[in-house]
Amino acid sequence: MRNGRAFWLFVGPFAVGLLVFVYVPIGWSLLLSFFDARNTVTPTEFVGLRNYVDMLTDGPFLSSLGTFSVFAAFIVPLTFVLALALALLVNQIGFMQSFFRSVFFLPTACSYVVASLVWKLSIFNGVRFGLANTVLGWFGAEPVAWTVSTSPPWYWLVLVTLRLWLQLGFYMILFIAGLQRIPQHLYEAAWIDGARPGWQTLRYITMPQLRTTSVAVLLLLLIAAYQAFDEFYNVLGTDRGYPPFARPPLIYLYYTALGSGGQDFGHGSAGAVILTLLIAGVTLVQGKVITR
Amino acid sequence: MRAARYLALSIAAALFLVPFYLVLRNGLASEQEITSPSWTFWPGEVRWENFADLFANPAVPLVRSLVNSVVVAVLQTAGQLLLCGLAGYGLARIPYRYANAVLYLVIATLMIPAAVTFVPTFVVVSTLGWISDLRGLVVPGLFSGFTTFLFRQYFLTFPKEVEEAARVDGLGHWGTYWRVVVPNSKGFFAALGVIAFMTSWNQFLWPLVIAQDRDSWTVQVALSTFLTAQSTEVGQLFLAAAVSVAPLVIVFVALQRFLVRGVVETGMKG
Repeated sequence: MRNGRAFWLFVGPFAVGLLVFVYVPIGWSLLLSFFDARNTVTPTEFVGLRNYVDMLTDGPFLSSLGTFSVFAAFIVPLTFVLALALALLVNQIGFMQSFFRSVFFLPTACSYVVASLVWKLSIFNGVRFGLANTVLGWFGAEPVAWTVSTSPPWYWLVLVTLRLWLQLGFYMILFIAGLQRIPQHLYEAAWIDGARPGWQTLRYITMPQLRTTSVAVLLLLLIAAYQAFDEFYNVLGTDRGYPPFARPPLIYLYYTALGSGGQDFGHGSAGAVILTLLIAGVTLVQGKVITR
Repeated sequence: MRAARYLALSIAAALFLVPFYLVLRNGLASEQEITSPSWTFWPGEVRWENFADLFANPAVPLVRSLVNSVVVAVLQTAGQLLLCGLAGYGLARIPYRYANAVLYLVIATLMIPAAVTFVPTFVVVSTLGWISDLRGLVVPGLFSGFTTFLFRQYFLTFPKEVEEAARVDGLGHWGTYWRVVVPNSKGFFAALGVIAFMTSWNQFLWPLVIAQDRDSWTVQVALSTFLTAQSTEVGQLFLAAAVSVAPLVIVFVALQRFLVRGVVETGMKG
Protein backbone atom coordinates (compact mmCIF):
# COMPACT_ATOMS: atom_id res chain seq x y z
CA MET A 1 0.00 0.00 0.00
CA ARG A 2 2.80 2.41 0.95
CA ASN A 3 4.62 1.37 -2.22
CA GLY A 4 1.48 2.04 -4.23
CA ARG A 5 1.40 5.62 -3.03
CA ALA A 6 5.10 6.18 -3.69
CA PHE A 7 4.79 4.57 -7.12
CA TRP A 8 1.94 6.81 -8.22
CA LEU A 9 3.67 9.86 -6.76
CA PHE A 10 6.54 9.21 -9.18
CA VAL A 11 4.75 7.71 -12.14
CA GLY A 12 1.25 9.20 -11.83
CA PRO A 13 1.73 12.61 -13.51
CA PHE A 14 3.50 11.04 -16.48
CA ALA A 15 1.01 8.19 -16.76
CA VAL A 16 -1.96 10.59 -16.82
CA GLY A 17 -0.29 12.65 -19.55
CA LEU A 18 0.51 9.53 -21.54
CA LEU A 19 -3.13 8.48 -21.39
CA VAL A 20 -4.51 11.90 -22.33
CA PHE A 21 -2.02 12.84 -25.05
CA VAL A 22 -1.08 9.49 -26.54
CA TYR A 23 -3.70 6.83 -25.80
CA VAL A 24 -6.84 8.98 -25.97
CA PRO A 25 -5.80 10.48 -29.36
CA ILE A 26 -5.11 7.04 -30.79
CA GLY A 27 -8.42 5.69 -29.48
CA TRP A 28 -10.33 8.70 -30.72
CA SER A 29 -8.75 8.43 -34.13
CA LEU A 30 -9.56 4.77 -34.32
CA LEU A 31 -13.18 5.76 -33.69
CA LEU A 32 -13.12 8.68 -36.15
CA SER A 33 -11.62 6.47 -38.84
CA PHE A 34 -14.93 4.57 -39.06
CA PHE A 35 -16.95 7.76 -39.38
CA ASP A 36 -17.49 10.63 -41.70
CA ALA A 37 -15.93 13.68 -40.02
CA ARG A 38 -15.41 16.71 -42.21
CA ASN A 39 -14.56 20.05 -40.61
CA THR A 40 -15.41 18.56 -37.23
CA VAL A 41 -13.61 16.32 -34.78
CA THR A 42 -16.79 14.64 -33.60
CA PRO A 43 -17.97 11.55 -35.47
CA THR A 44 -21.02 12.37 -37.61
CA GLU A 45 -22.03 9.43 -39.78
CA PHE A 46 -20.86 5.85 -39.41
CA VAL A 47 -19.31 4.66 -42.67
CA GLY A 48 -17.74 1.36 -41.60
CA LEU A 49 -14.52 0.59 -43.41
CA ARG A 50 -15.13 3.02 -46.24
CA ASN A 51 -12.39 5.47 -45.19
CA TYR A 52 -9.91 2.61 -45.14
CA VAL A 53 -11.07 1.31 -48.51
CA ASP A 54 -10.76 4.84 -49.94
CA MET A 55 -7.25 5.23 -48.57
CA LEU A 56 -6.04 1.85 -49.79
CA THR A 57 -7.57 2.14 -53.27
CA ASP A 58 -7.32 5.89 -53.73
CA GLY A 59 -4.24 6.92 -55.71
CA PRO A 60 -2.69 9.71 -53.62
CA PHE A 61 -2.26 7.78 -50.37
CA LEU A 62 -0.67 4.77 -52.03
CA SER A 63 1.51 7.00 -54.17
CA SER A 64 2.66 8.76 -50.98
CA LEU A 65 3.94 5.38 -49.78
CA GLY A 66 5.65 5.08 -53.16
CA THR A 67 7.29 8.49 -52.65
CA PHE A 68 8.52 7.35 -49.25
CA SER A 69 9.98 4.19 -50.82
CA VAL A 70 11.89 6.16 -53.45
CA PHE A 71 13.18 8.60 -50.83
CA ALA A 72 14.20 5.77 -48.48
CA ALA A 73 15.90 3.90 -51.34
CA PHE A 74 18.23 6.88 -51.79
CA ILE A 75 18.68 8.29 -48.32
CA VAL A 76 19.04 5.11 -46.23
CA PRO A 77 21.98 3.46 -48.07
CA LEU A 78 23.68 6.80 -48.83
CA THR A 79 23.59 7.97 -45.23
CA PHE A 80 24.65 4.56 -43.97
CA VAL A 81 27.72 4.29 -46.22
CA LEU A 82 28.83 7.91 -45.93
CA ALA A 83 28.32 8.08 -42.14
CA LEU A 84 30.35 4.88 -41.75
CA ALA A 85 33.08 6.25 -44.04
CA LEU A 86 33.31 9.49 -42.07
CA ALA A 87 33.38 7.57 -38.79
CA LEU A 88 36.21 5.31 -40.02
CA LEU A 89 38.22 8.28 -41.30
CA VAL A 90 37.71 10.41 -38.18
CA ASN A 91 38.42 7.45 -35.91
CA GLN A 92 41.74 6.69 -37.62
CA ILE A 93 43.35 10.10 -37.32
CA GLY A 94 44.93 11.65 -34.26
CA PHE A 95 45.67 15.26 -35.09
CA MET A 96 42.55 17.48 -35.38
CA GLN A 97 40.22 14.56 -34.73
CA SER A 98 37.82 16.53 -32.55
CA PHE A 99 37.80 19.41 -35.04
CA PHE A 100 36.61 17.20 -37.90
CA ARG A 101 34.13 15.41 -35.68
CA SER A 102 32.63 18.73 -34.60
CA VAL A 103 32.38 20.06 -38.15
CA PHE A 104 30.48 17.00 -39.40
CA PHE A 105 28.28 17.01 -36.31
CA LEU A 106 27.52 20.76 -36.39
CA PRO A 107 24.60 20.62 -38.86
CA THR A 108 22.66 18.72 -36.16
CA ALA A 109 22.20 22.13 -34.56
CA CYS A 110 20.27 23.38 -37.62
CA SER A 111 16.60 22.85 -38.27
CA TYR A 112 15.20 21.44 -41.48
CA VAL A 113 13.56 24.81 -42.06
CA VAL A 114 16.91 26.63 -42.07
CA ALA A 115 18.48 23.95 -44.28
CA SER A 116 15.52 24.19 -46.68
CA LEU A 117 16.02 27.94 -46.86
CA VAL A 118 19.68 27.56 -47.82
CA TRP A 119 19.02 24.74 -50.27
CA LYS A 120 16.00 26.34 -51.92
CA LEU A 121 17.04 29.99 -52.09
CA SER A 122 20.80 29.73 -52.35
CA ILE A 123 22.37 26.43 -53.38
CA PHE A 124 19.63 25.11 -55.65
CA ASN A 125 17.98 28.37 -56.58
CA GLY A 126 16.69 27.92 -60.11
CA VAL A 127 17.87 31.32 -61.31
CA ARG A 128 21.32 32.07 -62.60
CA PHE A 129 22.76 33.37 -59.32
CA GLY A 130 22.09 30.14 -57.39
CA LEU A 131 25.30 28.46 -56.25
CA ALA A 132 24.79 25.21 -58.18
CA ASN A 133 23.86 27.12 -61.33
CA THR A 134 26.83 29.43 -60.87
CA VAL A 135 29.13 26.42 -60.74
CA LEU A 136 27.39 24.89 -63.78
CA GLY A 137 27.84 28.21 -65.53
CA TRP A 138 31.62 28.00 -65.09
CA PHE A 139 31.43 24.89 -67.27
CA GLY A 140 29.16 26.57 -69.75
CA ALA A 141 26.01 24.65 -68.76
CA GLU A 142 22.54 26.17 -68.74
CA PRO A 143 20.85 26.92 -65.38
CA VAL A 144 18.62 24.13 -64.03
CA ALA A 145 15.23 24.70 -62.36
CA TRP A 146 16.12 22.40 -59.47
CA THR A 147 13.04 22.43 -57.27
CA VAL A 148 10.31 22.74 -59.90
CA SER A 149 11.69 20.43 -62.55
CA THR A 150 9.85 17.09 -62.76
CA SER A 151 11.59 15.57 -65.78
CA PRO A 152 14.25 14.82 -64.86
CA PRO A 153 13.14 15.01 -61.19
CA TRP A 154 16.01 17.15 -59.94
CA TYR A 155 14.13 17.88 -56.70
CA TRP A 156 15.29 14.48 -55.44
CA LEU A 157 18.89 15.71 -55.61
CA VAL A 158 17.88 18.76 -53.57
CA LEU A 159 15.96 16.79 -50.93
CA VAL A 160 18.49 13.97 -50.59
CA THR A 161 21.57 16.21 -50.27
CA LEU A 162 19.74 18.39 -47.76
CA ARG A 163 18.94 15.47 -45.47
CA LEU A 164 22.42 14.01 -45.94
CA TRP A 165 23.99 17.24 -44.73
CA LEU A 166 21.69 17.44 -41.75
CA GLN A 167 21.80 13.87 -40.49
CA LEU A 168 25.20 12.45 -41.48
CA GLY A 169 26.93 13.76 -38.34
CA PHE A 170 24.37 12.17 -36.04
CA TYR A 171 24.91 8.70 -37.51
CA MET A 172 28.66 9.24 -37.71
CA ILE A 173 28.63 9.74 -33.92
CA LEU A 174 26.74 6.46 -33.49
CA PHE A 175 29.27 4.63 -35.67
CA ILE A 176 32.23 6.19 -33.82
CA ALA A 177 30.74 5.04 -30.52
CA GLY A 178 30.38 1.57 -32.01
CA LEU A 179 33.95 1.57 -33.34
CA GLN A 180 35.34 2.56 -29.97
CA ARG A 181 33.66 -0.43 -28.35
CA ILE A 182 35.57 -2.89 -30.56
CA PRO A 183 38.38 -4.43 -28.48
CA GLN A 184 41.77 -3.47 -29.90
CA HIS A 185 43.21 -6.95 -29.37
CA LEU A 186 41.01 -8.32 -32.17
CA TYR A 187 42.91 -6.17 -34.65
CA GLU A 188 46.27 -7.05 -33.12
CA ALA A 189 45.49 -10.76 -33.35
CA ALA A 190 44.45 -10.33 -36.99
CA TRP A 191 47.68 -8.51 -37.84
CA ILE A 192 49.72 -11.27 -36.25
CA ASP A 193 47.79 -13.76 -38.36
CA GLY A 194 48.81 -11.79 -41.44
CA ALA A 195 45.65 -9.79 -42.14
CA ARG A 196 46.45 -6.44 -43.66
CA PRO A 197 44.92 -3.29 -42.24
CA GLY A 198 42.27 -1.94 -44.59
CA TRP A 199 39.72 -3.94 -46.48
CA GLN A 200 40.43 -7.31 -44.80
CA THR A 201 40.08 -6.07 -41.23
CA LEU A 202 37.06 -3.98 -42.22
CA ARG A 203 35.36 -6.98 -43.77
CA TYR A 204 36.19 -9.60 -41.15
CA ILE A 205 36.49 -7.64 -37.90
CA THR A 206 35.01 -4.16 -38.03
CA MET A 207 31.73 -4.88 -39.82
CA PRO A 208 30.81 -8.01 -37.82
CA GLN A 209 31.62 -6.15 -34.59
CA LEU A 210 29.44 -3.24 -35.70
CA ARG A 211 26.44 -5.46 -36.32
CA THR A 212 24.25 -4.10 -33.50
CA THR A 213 25.11 -0.51 -34.39
CA SER A 214 24.44 -1.13 -38.07
CA VAL A 215 21.00 -2.63 -37.47
CA ALA A 216 20.08 0.23 -35.13
CA VAL A 217 21.28 2.84 -37.64
CA LEU A 218 19.29 1.26 -40.46
CA LEU A 219 16.16 1.17 -38.34
CA LEU A 220 16.57 4.80 -37.23
CA LEU A 221 17.20 5.93 -40.81
CA LEU A 222 14.12 4.13 -42.06
CA ILE A 223 11.88 5.54 -39.32
CA ALA A 224 13.26 9.05 -39.91
CA ALA A 225 12.63 8.81 -43.67
CA TYR A 226 9.10 7.56 -42.97
CA GLN A 227 8.37 10.75 -41.03
CA ALA A 228 9.86 13.08 -43.65
CA PHE A 229 7.86 16.28 -43.70
CA ASP A 230 9.84 19.43 -42.94
CA GLU A 231 12.12 19.63 -45.97
CA PHE A 232 9.44 18.50 -48.44
CA TYR A 233 7.03 21.11 -47.12
CA ASN A 234 9.57 23.93 -47.11
CA VAL A 235 11.46 23.18 -50.31
CA LEU A 236 8.54 22.23 -52.56
CA GLY A 237 5.63 24.07 -50.93
CA THR A 238 4.72 27.63 -51.93
CA ASP A 239 1.99 30.02 -50.84
CA ARG A 240 -0.06 28.67 -53.74
CA GLY A 241 0.02 25.20 -52.20
CA TYR A 242 2.00 22.02 -52.63
CA PRO A 243 2.77 20.46 -56.04
CA PRO A 244 0.91 17.25 -56.93
CA PHE A 245 4.13 15.19 -56.94
CA ALA A 246 6.64 14.15 -54.25
CA ARG A 247 4.16 13.89 -51.40
CA PRO A 248 5.44 11.58 -48.66
CA PRO A 249 2.83 10.15 -46.24
CA LEU A 250 2.89 12.92 -43.63
CA ILE A 251 2.62 15.63 -46.30
CA TYR A 252 -0.39 13.82 -47.73
CA LEU A 253 -1.99 13.48 -44.29
CA TYR A 254 -1.32 17.12 -43.48
CA TYR A 255 -3.15 18.33 -46.56
CA THR A 256 -5.98 15.83 -46.10
CA ALA A 257 -6.66 16.57 -42.44
CA LEU A 258 -5.59 20.19 -42.12
CA GLY A 259 -5.28 21.56 -45.62
CA SER A 260 -7.18 24.59 -46.87
CA GLY A 261 -9.37 22.39 -49.05
CA GLY A 262 -11.51 21.27 -46.09
CA GLN A 263 -10.56 19.32 -43.02
CA ASP A 264 -11.27 15.64 -43.47
CA PHE A 265 -10.57 13.95 -40.14
CA GLY A 266 -12.24 10.67 -41.09
CA HIS A 267 -9.82 9.94 -43.91
CA GLY A 268 -6.98 11.64 -42.04
CA SER A 269 -7.52 9.34 -39.07
CA ALA A 270 -7.74 6.23 -41.23
CA GLY A 271 -4.45 7.26 -42.86
CA ALA A 272 -2.82 7.79 -39.46
CA VAL A 273 -3.99 4.37 -38.29
CA ILE A 274 -2.59 2.67 -41.41
CA LEU A 275 0.75 4.47 -41.07
CA THR A 276 0.95 3.60 -37.36
CA LEU A 277 0.30 -0.08 -38.03
CA LEU A 278 2.91 -0.14 -40.80
CA ILE A 279 5.65 1.46 -38.71
CA ALA A 280 4.81 -0.59 -35.62
CA GLY A 281 5.04 -3.72 -37.77
CA VAL A 282 8.44 -2.74 -39.15
CA THR A 283 9.73 -1.90 -35.64
CA LEU A 284 8.56 -5.24 -34.27
CA VAL A 285 10.21 -7.21 -37.06
CA GLN A 286 13.46 -5.25 -36.75
CA GLY A 287 13.33 -5.59 -32.96
CA LYS A 288 13.20 -9.36 -33.42
CA VAL A 289 16.27 -9.15 -35.66
CA ILE A 290 18.21 -7.11 -33.10
CA THR A 291 17.43 -9.28 -30.08
CA ARG A 292 17.82 -12.50 -32.01
CA MET B 1 47.74 7.16 -46.90
CA ARG B 2 47.72 9.59 -44.00
CA ALA B 3 47.76 12.55 -46.36
CA ALA B 4 44.91 11.06 -48.40
CA ARG B 5 42.82 10.74 -45.26
CA TYR B 6 43.38 14.35 -44.29
CA LEU B 7 42.67 15.48 -47.84
CA ALA B 8 39.36 13.57 -47.94
CA LEU B 9 38.35 14.89 -44.52
CA SER B 10 39.27 18.45 -45.43
CA ILE B 11 37.20 18.39 -48.61
CA ALA B 12 34.24 16.91 -46.75
CA ALA B 13 34.61 19.49 -43.96
CA ALA B 14 34.69 22.35 -46.47
CA LEU B 15 31.49 21.04 -48.08
CA PHE B 16 29.83 20.72 -44.67
CA LEU B 17 30.62 24.35 -43.87
CA VAL B 18 29.29 25.76 -47.17
CA PRO B 19 25.68 26.21 -45.92
CA PHE B 20 26.89 28.14 -42.85
CA TYR B 21 28.97 30.35 -45.10
CA LEU B 22 25.98 30.96 -47.39
CA VAL B 23 23.75 31.99 -44.47
CA LEU B 24 26.28 34.60 -43.35
CA ARG B 25 27.17 35.79 -46.84
CA ASN B 26 23.55 36.28 -47.91
CA GLY B 27 22.52 37.69 -44.56
CA LEU B 28 25.14 40.43 -44.63
CA ALA B 29 25.01 41.32 -48.32
CA SER B 30 22.80 43.80 -50.07
CA GLU B 31 19.89 42.55 -52.13
CA GLN B 32 21.72 43.51 -55.37
CA GLU B 33 24.78 41.53 -54.41
CA ILE B 34 22.76 38.39 -53.63
CA THR B 35 20.97 38.44 -56.97
CA SER B 36 23.99 39.55 -58.97
CA PRO B 37 24.77 37.16 -61.85
CA SER B 38 28.49 37.19 -60.99
CA TRP B 39 29.28 35.40 -57.74
CA THR B 40 31.01 37.41 -55.03
CA PHE B 41 32.66 35.33 -52.36
CA TRP B 42 32.02 37.85 -49.61
CA PRO B 43 29.91 41.04 -49.66
CA GLY B 44 32.03 43.96 -50.85
CA GLU B 45 30.58 46.01 -48.04
CA VAL B 46 29.29 44.05 -45.05
CA ARG B 47 25.91 45.49 -44.16
CA TRP B 48 25.60 45.20 -40.39
CA GLU B 49 22.59 47.50 -40.62
CA ASN B 50 20.69 44.48 -42.02
CA PHE B 51 20.34 43.43 -38.36
CA ALA B 52 18.59 46.67 -37.41
CA ASP B 53 16.38 46.45 -40.51
CA LEU B 54 15.45 42.88 -39.70
CA PHE B 55 14.46 43.54 -36.09
CA ALA B 56 12.63 46.72 -37.09
CA ASN B 57 10.71 45.08 -39.94
CA PRO B 58 7.05 44.98 -38.78
CA ALA B 59 6.22 42.30 -41.38
CA VAL B 60 8.56 39.77 -39.72
CA PRO B 61 7.58 39.00 -36.09
CA LEU B 62 11.08 37.79 -35.33
CA VAL B 63 11.40 38.87 -31.70
CA ARG B 64 8.01 37.50 -30.76
CA SER B 65 8.69 34.16 -32.46
CA LEU B 66 12.14 33.87 -30.85
CA VAL B 67 10.60 34.48 -27.42
CA ASN B 68 7.98 31.81 -28.15
CA SER B 69 10.67 29.35 -29.18
CA VAL B 70 12.71 29.99 -26.03
CA VAL B 71 9.67 29.57 -23.79
CA VAL B 72 8.54 26.38 -25.53
CA ALA B 73 12.03 24.81 -25.58
CA VAL B 74 12.79 25.65 -21.94
CA LEU B 75 9.42 24.44 -20.68
CA GLN B 76 9.56 21.25 -22.74
CA THR B 77 13.10 20.45 -21.65
CA ALA B 78 12.42 21.08 -17.96
CA GLY B 79 9.04 19.36 -18.06
CA GLN B 80 10.36 16.28 -19.83
CA LEU B 81 13.30 15.87 -17.46
CA LEU B 82 11.01 16.30 -14.45
CA LEU B 83 8.12 14.06 -15.52
CA CYS B 84 10.06 11.38 -17.39
CA GLY B 85 12.83 11.31 -14.78
CA LEU B 86 10.34 10.70 -11.96
CA ALA B 87 8.42 8.11 -13.96
CA GLY B 88 11.59 6.35 -15.04
CA TYR B 89 12.79 6.12 -11.45
CA GLY B 90 9.43 4.85 -10.22
CA LEU B 91 9.40 2.16 -12.91
CA ALA B 92 12.99 1.14 -12.20
CA ARG B 93 13.04 1.18 -8.42
CA ILE B 94 9.63 1.06 -6.73
CA PRO B 95 8.21 -2.47 -6.63
CA TYR B 96 4.45 -2.34 -7.11
CA ARG B 97 1.74 -4.69 -8.28
CA TYR B 98 0.85 -2.76 -11.43
CA ALA B 99 4.34 -1.51 -12.28
CA ASN B 100 4.71 -4.01 -15.12
CA ALA B 101 1.36 -3.07 -16.61
CA VAL B 102 2.39 0.60 -16.69
CA LEU B 103 5.77 -0.33 -18.15
CA TYR B 104 4.06 -2.19 -21.00
CA LEU B 105 1.91 0.89 -21.72
CA VAL B 106 5.11 2.94 -21.96
CA ILE B 107 6.95 0.43 -24.14
CA ALA B 108 3.99 0.09 -26.52
CA THR B 109 4.33 3.78 -27.41
CA LEU B 110 7.97 3.29 -28.43
CA MET B 111 6.87 1.69 -31.67
CA ILE B 112 4.90 4.74 -32.71
CA PRO B 113 6.80 7.91 -33.65
CA ALA B 114 4.93 10.97 -32.35
CA ALA B 115 4.93 12.66 -35.77
CA VAL B 116 2.87 9.83 -37.28
CA THR B 117 0.02 10.53 -34.84
CA PHE B 118 -0.10 14.29 -35.31
CA VAL B 119 -3.65 14.17 -36.67
CA PRO B 120 -5.02 12.27 -33.63
CA THR B 121 -3.15 14.56 -31.23
CA PHE B 122 -4.46 17.61 -33.06
CA VAL B 123 -8.00 16.30 -32.66
CA VAL B 124 -7.62 16.04 -28.87
CA VAL B 125 -5.72 19.31 -28.43
CA SER B 126 -8.27 21.23 -30.49
CA THR B 127 -11.05 19.80 -28.32
CA LEU B 128 -9.22 21.20 -25.30
CA GLY B 129 -9.23 24.60 -27.02
CA TRP B 130 -5.44 24.78 -27.06
CA ILE B 131 -4.93 25.87 -30.67
CA SER B 132 -2.56 28.86 -31.02
CA ASP B 133 -1.98 28.47 -27.30
CA LEU B 134 1.24 27.95 -25.39
CA ARG B 135 -0.27 24.90 -23.69
CA GLY B 136 -1.00 23.29 -27.04
CA LEU B 137 2.60 23.86 -28.15
CA VAL B 138 4.24 22.57 -24.97
CA VAL B 139 2.11 20.00 -23.16
CA PRO B 140 1.63 17.19 -25.74
CA GLY B 141 5.41 16.95 -26.19
CA LEU B 142 6.10 16.39 -22.49
CA PHE B 143 4.99 12.79 -22.25
CA SER B 144 7.70 10.98 -24.13
CA GLY B 145 7.55 7.25 -23.56
CA PHE B 146 11.00 7.05 -25.11
CA THR B 147 12.61 9.45 -22.59
CA THR B 148 10.91 7.66 -19.70
CA PHE B 149 12.17 4.34 -20.98
CA LEU B 150 15.74 5.72 -21.26
CA PHE B 151 15.55 7.03 -17.69
CA ARG B 152 14.30 3.66 -16.45
CA GLN B 153 17.17 1.83 -18.16
CA TYR B 154 19.63 4.32 -16.70
CA PHE B 155 18.26 4.12 -13.13
CA LEU B 156 18.40 0.32 -13.28
CA THR B 157 22.20 0.69 -13.52
CA PHE B 158 22.42 3.24 -10.69
CA PRO B 159 24.46 1.73 -7.80
CA LYS B 160 21.96 0.28 -5.32
CA GLU B 161 24.36 0.61 -2.35
CA VAL B 162 24.25 4.40 -2.67
CA GLU B 163 20.47 4.38 -2.47
CA GLU B 164 20.47 1.92 0.43
CA ALA B 165 22.83 4.17 2.37
CA ALA B 166 20.35 6.99 1.86
CA ARG B 167 17.50 4.77 3.09
CA VAL B 168 19.47 3.94 6.25
CA ASP B 169 19.76 7.68 6.81
CA GLY B 170 15.97 7.75 6.92
CA LEU B 171 15.18 9.09 3.48
CA GLY B 172 12.09 7.78 1.66
CA HIS B 173 11.88 7.21 -2.09
CA TRP B 174 11.20 10.90 -2.66
CA GLY B 175 14.11 12.13 -0.57
CA THR B 176 16.45 9.50 -2.00
CA TYR B 177 15.57 10.55 -5.52
CA TRP B 178 16.03 14.28 -5.05
CA ARG B 179 18.94 14.31 -2.61
CA VAL B 180 21.01 11.34 -3.78
CA VAL B 181 20.00 10.01 -7.19
CA VAL B 182 19.50 13.27 -9.11
CA PRO B 183 22.68 15.00 -7.86
CA ASN B 184 24.67 11.92 -8.85
CA SER B 185 23.12 11.72 -12.31
CA LYS B 186 23.79 15.23 -13.57
CA GLY B 187 25.64 14.00 -16.67
CA PHE B 188 22.74 11.85 -17.76
CA PHE B 189 20.20 14.61 -17.17
CA ALA B 190 22.41 17.05 -19.09
CA ALA B 191 22.74 14.62 -22.01
CA LEU B 192 19.00 14.07 -22.36
CA GLY B 193 18.33 17.75 -21.64
CA VAL B 194 20.53 18.99 -24.49
CA ILE B 195 18.82 16.59 -26.90
CA ALA B 196 15.37 17.64 -25.68
CA PHE B 197 16.21 21.32 -26.06
CA MET B 198 17.56 20.94 -29.59
CA THR B 199 14.66 18.75 -30.68
CA SER B 200 12.16 21.20 -29.27
CA TRP B 201 13.84 24.27 -30.78
CA ASN B 202 14.06 22.69 -34.24
CA GLN B 203 10.69 20.93 -34.36
CA PHE B 204 8.44 22.11 -37.13
CA LEU B 205 5.43 19.92 -37.91
CA TRP B 206 3.66 20.24 -34.56
CA PRO B 207 4.12 24.03 -34.21
CA LEU B 208 2.97 24.40 -37.83
CA VAL B 209 -0.20 22.49 -37.02
CA ILE B 210 -0.97 24.14 -33.71
CA ALA B 211 0.43 27.71 -33.86
CA GLN B 212 -2.05 29.15 -36.33
CA ASP B 213 -2.10 32.76 -35.10
CA ARG B 214 0.88 34.90 -35.91
CA ASP B 215 1.41 35.70 -32.23
CA SER B 216 1.96 32.04 -31.38
CA TRP B 217 4.45 31.25 -34.15
CA THR B 218 7.73 29.70 -33.14
CA VAL B 219 10.81 30.87 -35.01
CA GLN B 220 10.70 27.82 -37.31
CA VAL B 221 7.11 28.53 -38.32
CA ALA B 222 7.92 32.20 -38.91
CA LEU B 223 10.91 31.33 -41.12
CA SER B 224 8.91 28.76 -43.03
CA THR B 225 6.03 31.17 -43.66
CA PHE B 226 8.35 33.72 -45.22
CA LEU B 227 10.28 31.06 -47.08
CA THR B 228 7.26 29.46 -48.75
CA ALA B 229 5.55 32.78 -49.45
CA GLN B 230 8.85 34.50 -50.42
CA SER B 231 7.22 37.67 -49.19
CA THR B 232 10.23 39.28 -47.58
CA GLU B 233 13.69 40.27 -48.72
CA VAL B 234 15.97 37.30 -49.26
CA GLY B 235 18.83 38.87 -47.30
CA GLN B 236 16.66 39.43 -44.23
CA LEU B 237 15.42 35.87 -44.47
CA PHE B 238 18.99 34.55 -44.29
CA LEU B 239 19.81 36.86 -41.44
CA ALA B 240 16.73 35.67 -39.57
CA ALA B 241 17.91 32.10 -40.18
CA ALA B 242 21.33 33.00 -38.74
CA VAL B 243 19.68 34.50 -35.64
CA SER B 244 17.53 31.36 -35.21
CA VAL B 245 20.54 29.03 -35.45
CA ALA B 246 22.93 31.06 -33.28
CA PRO B 247 21.56 29.97 -29.86
CA LEU B 248 21.84 26.32 -30.85
CA VAL B 249 25.36 26.68 -32.20
CA ILE B 250 26.33 28.17 -28.84
CA VAL B 251 24.63 25.30 -26.98
CA PHE B 252 26.35 22.91 -29.38
CA VAL B 253 29.84 24.26 -28.85
CA ALA B 254 29.48 24.67 -25.08
CA LEU B 255 27.80 21.34 -24.35
CA GLN B 256 29.10 19.10 -27.12
CA ARG B 257 30.28 16.34 -24.83
CA PHE B 258 26.79 16.02 -23.29
CA LEU B 259 25.28 16.16 -26.75
CA VAL B 260 27.49 13.34 -28.00
CA ARG B 261 26.54 11.26 -24.98
CA GLY B 262 22.89 12.12 -25.53
CA VAL B 263 23.05 11.04 -29.17
CA VAL B 264 24.63 7.73 -28.23
CA GLU B 265 22.09 7.14 -25.42
CA THR B 266 19.03 8.02 -27.51
CA GLY B 267 20.31 6.41 -30.70
CA MET B 268 21.40 3.08 -29.34
CA LYS B 269 18.98 2.29 -26.52
CA GLY B 270 15.88 2.52 -28.68
